[in-house]
Amino acid sequence: MDGAGARVNRLPRWLPVALAVGPTLGLLVFYAWPFLTLVVEAVTATAIADTLGRASTWEVVWFTAWQAAVSTLATIAIGLAPAYVLARFEFRGRTVLVGVLTAMFVLPTVVMGAAFLALLPDSLDRTVWAVIGAHVVFNLAVVVRVVGSLWEHLPTDMEAAAATLGASRWKVATRISIPLVRPAVTAAATIVFLFTFTSYGVIRILGAPGTRTIEVEVWRRATQLGDVGGAAVLALLQLVALIAIVSWSTVAQRRHAQALGLLATSARRRPRTAGERRFVTLVAGAALLVAAAPLVALVLRSFSTPTGWSTTAWTNLGRSEIRPGIRIGIDPVDAVVNSLTNAAWATSFAVVIGALASLAIVAAGRAGRALDGGLMLPLATSAVTIGFGMLITFDTAPVDWRASWWLVPVGHALIAVPFVVRTCVGVLRSVDPAMGDAAATLGASPARSWRATVVPYLWRPLAVGAALAAAISLGEFGATSFLSRSGGETMPIAIEQLLGRTGSVLQAQGFALATLLAATTVVLVVLVERLQTARNGPTR
Amino acid sequence: MTATAGDQPGLDVREVSVSFVAPRAQTSGDHDPAGRVVVLDGVSLSVSSGEVVALLGPSGSGKSTLLRVVAGIVTPDSGRVFVHGLDVTERPTHLRGIGMVFQDNQLFPHMSVLDNVAFGPKMAGVARSERTERAARWLRRVGLAGFEDRRVTDLSGGEAKRVALARALAAEPAVVLLDEPLTGLDRELHDRLAVELAKLLHDAQVTTLLVTHDQDEAATIADRTALLAEL
Repeated sequence: MDGAGARVNRLPRWLPVALAVGPTLGLLVFYAWPFLTLVVEAVTATAIADTLGRASTWEVVWFTAWQAAVSTLATIAIGLAPAYVLARFEFRGRTVLVGVLTAMFVLPTVVMGAAFLALLPDSLDRTVWAVIGAHVVFNLAVVVRVVGSLWEHLPTDMEAAAATLGASRWKVATRISIPLVRPAVTAAATIVFLFTFTSYGVIRILGAPGTRTIEVEVWRRATQLGDVGGAAVLALLQLVALIAIVSWSTVAQRRHAQALGLLATSARRRPRTAGERRFVTLVAGAALLVAAAPLVALVLRSFSTPTGWSTTAWTNLGRSEIRPGIRIGIDPVDAVVNSLTNAAWATSFAVVIGALASLAIVAAGRAGRALDGGLMLPLATSAVTIGFGMLITFDTAPVDWRASWWLVPVGHALIAVPFVVRTCVGVLRSVDPAMGDAAATLGASPARSWRATVVPYLWRPLAVGAALAAAISLGEFGATSFLSRSGGETMPIAIEQLLGRTGSVLQAQGFALATLLAATTVVLVVLVERLQTARNGPTR
Repeated sequence: MTATAGDQPGLDVREVSVSFVAPRAQTSGDHDPAGRVVVLDGVSLSVSSGEVVALLGPSGSGKSTLLRVVAGIVTPDSGRVFVHGLDVTERPTHLRGIGMVFQDNQLFPHMSVLDNVAFGPKMAGVARSERTERAARWLRRVGLAGFEDRRVTDLSGGEAKRVALARALAAEPAVVLLDEPLTGLDRELHDRLAVELAKLLHDAQVTTLLVTHDQDEAATIADRTALLAEL
């Protein structure tokens, strides 16, 4: 209902304003204020000079950039073949492969780190190669989805035409199929680069002292070294780099954009020749192996002890004493309870704020764009920066909220709201305005007709948004690592701490907890997919 | 390519049958697991070397499918395809020496007009200067001299069709297939192109099979007309 209908039938002005008050206040207090505090108070001239003048800063920047570049190139190189096979062919196990790849992408970063820790031999465990491997598996789904969706829409006859002109399979791939999806490859590469450039959870688990990204360095300086100014300078430096990358990618994609003869969807078909069957089997099998192996390793390691297979790690999850008198300081069961409580509150906050914001954005038409854009900002800012900003803002009376139970859920909600809004706004915008006109001709006032024809479409996408918010909250590690306090550890925090200690008992418990978190996340995401594929319609 | 083999027909299609598994969307509700749709049932057709044959039939009668079988884009359930006496049924498309003009042209949008036309010679390993020259020559023959550096996405319908034709012929195939080559063009352009096409194909002495649902078009371009229903 963007810019709805005739002027005489406009919604009353107070309606979008009233809806927008809550989301706007929340955004100002919990995002804008901390961010400005970070920029204004922490970033001093001395901090800038000190930080930029230090060689170690540039070592971190260099490491961040090159590991992201290598991770991106490897992900694209490895992801193109499965993207093609999934876009073009129908085969047994296709759904399973798509599911596994998607599952890997939605797993919390800490779980992915844990899975690679479980998979790799000790000699590779805390190296840059482990980090890059985890990044590749994590992001394969991006290439498959982004590039694959373009391939699905390219006419297969284009490739047949090249073949009639004498192009072999290899030439068709290198001269036609791959060049045609170049804009999508650029887009996918940008997304993967952004994810790996700001990698945090994976590196906290798998990284060694020499392998720190800017994100990890922000955390280390702020919380371990007490160098708040240096951390803030690094956070801003990263933000500038991210803006530069996104701008470059936008320009590059526009330059390579081609008017393609896009079809609705080219039908996927079964492989026909023996060669095709071999190709599909090989590519799909390899992709499945690469994506599933870390998860399988994770589960297996939670059952393995130096003396053989055992369920000790699972059965002892609740005991904080590992031996009489020896405590580990973290209680995995408490962590599960904390995570669930946080997730429940974060989901409630995100759903209420997201629902109000979505209705306001749609009702306000053009004016709603400012709120829409504002609510997306937390997504563009890294979670670490958000947590860091909140930590240094809400630490003095009357806003000393560090001990408040709701601070962590609010941080999570800030990160989840953009997802709720995106899910809802799309559906609400697609409601046919003619329905509202029909209601008006039947005597409904503009506000009444809006309530009768638009609002009922909110509930289903909101349910999707709620499940997404819960999954995000359960796996959130970046902001939480700044905001959670001793005794309030969430599952990701507990996993990182358990895996960071020596001793096979603690390691196995870490793997068990990671398995639990992985399973919960996957269940939530399956729920999201189910809700989304169910017919969108009004619900009461 | 000029006709070489003596008595052998340029193209010989023998007893070709094709059936598809009916897509689920079209058989809403009851999926008969063996519910295959027969598109071609034992079709045989012979085109002499250098001859232009038009295949007539209503839309959906399987004309395009027959061309796709000849080109190797669709694998037949049974039957064989011979080009100048050589059985090409098991050969991949790119080794058959069969050119095809697709109904929607399928020009490569990421290449210039010249690069599109030079693509066939390039795949055949022709040196750059020679293939550029050859492509330019074919562009002149279809009346598009000076179009070399144009983007194919900027062409009109008639221009795009000529480029597609030049591209297919520049690869010097043994047999050319034309799938509804003039469908979708306005009447005047359609009639003019039909005459040009007839001259072009006969000048090149290339074995041609074209499918159309338009009898006048078939009569203008082809030496002989066949009805798919009678094959």
